[in-house]
Amino acid sequence: MTAPPTGPMAPQQMLRLVTAGSVDDGKSTLIGRILFDSKLIFTDQLAGIERTSRERGEQHPNLALLTDGLRAEREQGITIDVAYRYFATPRRKFIVADCPGHIQYTRNMVTGASTADIALVLVDARKGVLEQSRRHAFLASLLGIPHVVLCVNKMDAVSWSRERFEEIREEFLRFAVQLDVHDLTFVPLSALHGDNIVHRSINMEWYEGPTLLHHLEETDVASCRNLTDARFPVQYVIRDHSEDFRGYAGTVAGGVLRPDDEVVVLPSGSTSRVKAVRGPGGRPLTEAFASQAVTLELADHLDVSRGDLICRPENQPHTGHDIDAVVCWFAEESTLTTGSTYTVQHTTRTTTAEVSSLDYRLDVNSLHRDTSASSLSLNEIGRVRLRTRHPLMFDSYRRSRATGSFILVDATTHNTCGVGMISGPSLPAPSSVPPVAALDGENATAPGLTVWLSGSTSWNTDAVARELRRRLTANRAVVPLGDDSLGHGLNADLGGSAADRAERVRRVGEVARLLAHAGVVAVVSPAGPGLVETRRAHERDGLVLLEVSADTTPDEGAEDTGTVLRLGSDDPVGAALALLRRLTA
Amino acid sequence: MSTYELSHLDALEAESVHIIREVAATLARPGLLFSGGKDSAVMLHLAAKAFWPTPPPFPVVHVDTGQNFDEVIAFRDATVERTGVRLVVGRVQDDIDAGRVVEEKGPQATRNRLQTTTLLRSIAEHAFDAVFGGARRDEEKARAKERVFSLRDGFGQWDPRRQRPEVWNAYNGRHREGEHIRVFPLSNWTEADIWSYVVAEGIELPSLYYSHRRQVVRRDGMLLAHTRFLPLLDGEQPYPARVRFRTVGDATCTGCVESPASTPEQVLAEVLATRVTERGATRADDRISESGMEDRKREGYF
Repeated sequence: MTAPPTGPMAPQQMLRLVTAGSVDDGKSTLIGRILFDSKLIFTDQLAGIERTSRERGEQHPNLALLTDGLRAEREQGITIDVAYRYFATPRRKFIVADCPGHIQYTRNMVTGASTADIALVLVDARKGVLEQSRRHAFLASLLGIPHVVLCVNKMDAVSWSRERFEEIREEFLRFAVQLDVHDLTFVPLSALHGDNIVHRSINMEWYEGPTLLHHLEETDVASCRNLTDARFPVQYVIRDHSEDFRGYAGTVAGGVLRPDDEVVVLPSGSTSRVKAVRGPGGRPLTEAFASQAVTLELADHLDVSRGDLICRPENQPHTGHDIDAVVCWFAEESTLTTGSTYTVQHTTRTTTAEVSSLDYRLDVNSLHRDTSASSLSLNEIGRVRLRTRHPLMFDSYRRSRATGSFILVDATTHNTCGVGMISGPSLPAPSSVPPVAALDGENATAPGLTVWLSGSTSWNTDAVARELRRRLTANRAVVPLGDDSLGHGLNADLGGSAADRAERVRRVGEVARLLAHAGVVAVVSPAGPGLVETRRAHERDGLVLLEVSADTTPDEGAEDTGTVLRLGSDDPVGAALALLRRLTA
Repeated sequence: MSTYELSHLDALEAESVHIIREVAATLARPGLLFSGGKDSAVMLHLAAKAFWPTPPPFPVVHVDTGQNFDEVIAFRDATVERTGVRLVVGRVQDDIDAGRVVEEKGPQATRNRLQTTTLLRSIAEHAFDAVFGGARRDEEKARAKERVFSLRDGFGQWDPRRQRPEVWNAYNGRHREGEHIRVFPLSNWTEADIWSYVVAEGIELPSLYYSHRRQVVRRDGMLLAHTRFLPLLDGEQPYPARVRFRTVGDATCTGCVESPASTPEQVLAEVLATRVTERGATRADDRISESGMEDRKREGYF
C-alpha cells in the first residue's frame, strides 16, 4: 500500500496487531489516524469519508468511517465485527484486527487476539482504566499475546496532562500485576489530532518514549516463537501412485524439522527418519520451522494419516484423554455444563469431548474464581476438565499456541461454540507448570533459586526446566538436575539403600544451592527425604527454595514456610505468581 | 531479520496453503472460482503448489457472463490445461434463456449482478460444499469483516451476525445439508502483495493487466474499454489510449487506467505508489451505494 524506500522486493516481517477498547475510546479513529498520517489512505476512501462526515454535520473527517464496514455499524455509529486492516512500513507489514469493545462481542476480541503478536488496549484519558479496559488486557494476557501497549488516548481532552497520564499508568500497573504479560508499554496520544501516533507530539514534550508507530516497528516479536519443540500435525496425505510418492502435508506447529531427523509418529509410536522436507511446489528445504507449510517424506512406509503428529522421540507432547483447559464460551443458544459433549478440533485432529467438570467460572473484571458456578454462558470464561474419546497430543498453551489450543463445535448447529487454551493434563498428572513471568529478573546477577518438585508423582524435570527457561525472558540459566542424568555421573556410586537415597538428595540439594549462588535456577525432583535440610541450607545462605507440589495437602510433618506451591489448590496460577512476586520483590 | 523468520510473502503463502489443504482435507466437494483475474490466478497457483506433485484435488469453476474479454477466456483455457484441473463453466446466458433472471436494459446494462444466480445454480448442480474465492479483505469494508471460512445458508446468503469466531489457524467447515462454505485463502493479501507474488513467482496473467493500446470511453470518471458489449451513450466518443486493467471482470463494468506499465515489475511499482484503491478506480459495480458490496454478499455474490 505504500512505497518502501528500500524497494518493493525487500523482505518485510509480518506482524499481527489486535486493537481493543471501550465503545468511545476512539479505536477506529486511531487506526484511521495511523493510515492517514502514514499516507496509507487512498484518495477515494478519503473522499468517501469526507462526504459522509459532512452529511452528518461533523467538523473533522471521521476517520472511524474507514473501518466501520457494515450498514448496522454505520447507522449505529459502533463497530460490531472484527475488521481487518493492512498497512506497511519499510520494515514491516501489519495486519490489524480491529475489535469491538462491547461486552456481547468478547468473542470477536478473542478471534482477533488469538493470532496477535501485539495488543493495543485503548483507554480514554478522561475516564481512566474502565472495567472494559481491564477485560481487554486480561483477554490479551489469557490468549498469550506477548506484548501489550496501553494507548492513553484523548490526551487533548485532559490538557495534555502528565499527571493524568502517570495516574492512569499507576492504576493500570496495579491491575496488571495479576496478568501474565511480558512486555507492557504506555503511550500518551491523541488519535483525533495525531499526537504520538506517527509524529511526535509537540503538546507533550514531557513524554520521552517512542511514538506508537515507532514502537510497533521496533518491538521484537521473533523471540516469542517456539523453536524448541518440534511438532508437525499431519494435515493431508499427498499420494502420487505413479511416482510411488507419499508426502505428509501440514504446517509446522513448533520447533524445527530437518532431513535425516529421527522422528516418532503419535499416537502409534512408530519411528522413522525424515527423508525430505519440501516447501510448497516441492522445493527441497534444509529445514522447516514453526509456521511453515511443508510436505514431509519419511524413510519408511508407515500408516500415517490426518490427525497424527510427527515429533522428535526425545521431545514429545503429552498424549492423553484428560485435559485441563480454560474455555471461552461463545454460543448464544446453549451453555457449557458438566456432562455436555462437543466435537473438539485440536490441531488437525477431531474427536468428541465430554466436560468432566467445570472447576470455576472466572469474573474477567475482578479475576475472581467462582467455584460454585455450574455453567458457562455466552462470553463467559472458565476452567474445565475434558475427557476426549480419542487421545490428543498436546502441550500447554503457554508453551505452544498451536498445540495448546482447540475449538469446541456444537454437534447439532455445527457452530463454533467455544475455544480452549490447554493448561495441561488433568491433575494429578505431572508437569503442569505454573507461569512464572514475574521471575523475569532485570538484574542478571540476581541470585538464583532452587525449584523442588515434590509430591506423589514422578516429575519430568527436563520438561519443567525447559518451560521455565522459555518463560523467563531475561538471561537466566535454568538447569534440570534430574535423578536420571545425575545417576550417570555424580551419583553413579549410589544404590537403592535408605542411606544412599538420603545421600543422593543431599548431593542434589548441595549442587542446587551452589548453582543458586551463581544465579542459576536449578530444577530438582529428588526421590527421597531431605527437603527440610536442603531448605535450611538455602535459608542460611539467604537463598530461596521453592517447593512445587502436585499434592493438595502437605506431606506429613512438612512445615509450611510460605514457599510451597500446591498445584492442587484451586488457584495454582494465581498462587504461583503471587508467591514468585513476593520472592523477587 | 533472524534466520527463523519468514518474509511476509512466505508467511502469506504458508497461510494460504494451509487454508487450501484444510479445505481439501475436511470438505467433500470443493470447487475453486476462477475468473481469469490476477487474484484467481494467484489462488490457483497456490493450490497447485499446495498439492505438489499431484494436481489440486478439485475442479476450477468459471461463472461466465458471456461478456468477457477474449484474452481472458484464452488465458483461462491455457491455465486450466497447464495445471491439469477440470474446468466447470456456469453460463449466465443459460439463466437468461431459462427465464431465471431478466437482463437489464439500456446502454448502462450489466450482467454483473446476474452472476449471483448462475453461481448459486452451479454450486447446487455440482453439489459443492466449499467454494474458494479470491476476495481480499483490503478490497472493501464489508469484505474486511468476513471470515476466511464463511458460512452460506441454504440460499447461498451471508449473514454477518451469524459469523463464527475464527481463532488461531483452526477453521470450522461444518455445515448443514444444503449450506456451503465460501473460503477465502487470500483474505490477508493486499493488492501490493498479489503483485509482489506475481513478480516473485513469475505467474502468468492475461495481457489485459499490462499496458496496451485500445479504444476507450470515459464514463462517470472511469475509463471503460470500447467493446461489442458496451453500447455508447449520447455524446460519448471512443478514443485510443495506453491503458492497463487493475481488475478483470465483466467487460461492461471493468474500467482501466492509463498506464505505461508493461511488465509485472512496472505494474508493482505503480501499485506501490498509487493513491486510489483498485475498486474505487475501476469498478463501476462497487459504486452503487455505500453498502454495495455488503448487499451483494448477503445475496450470495462472490
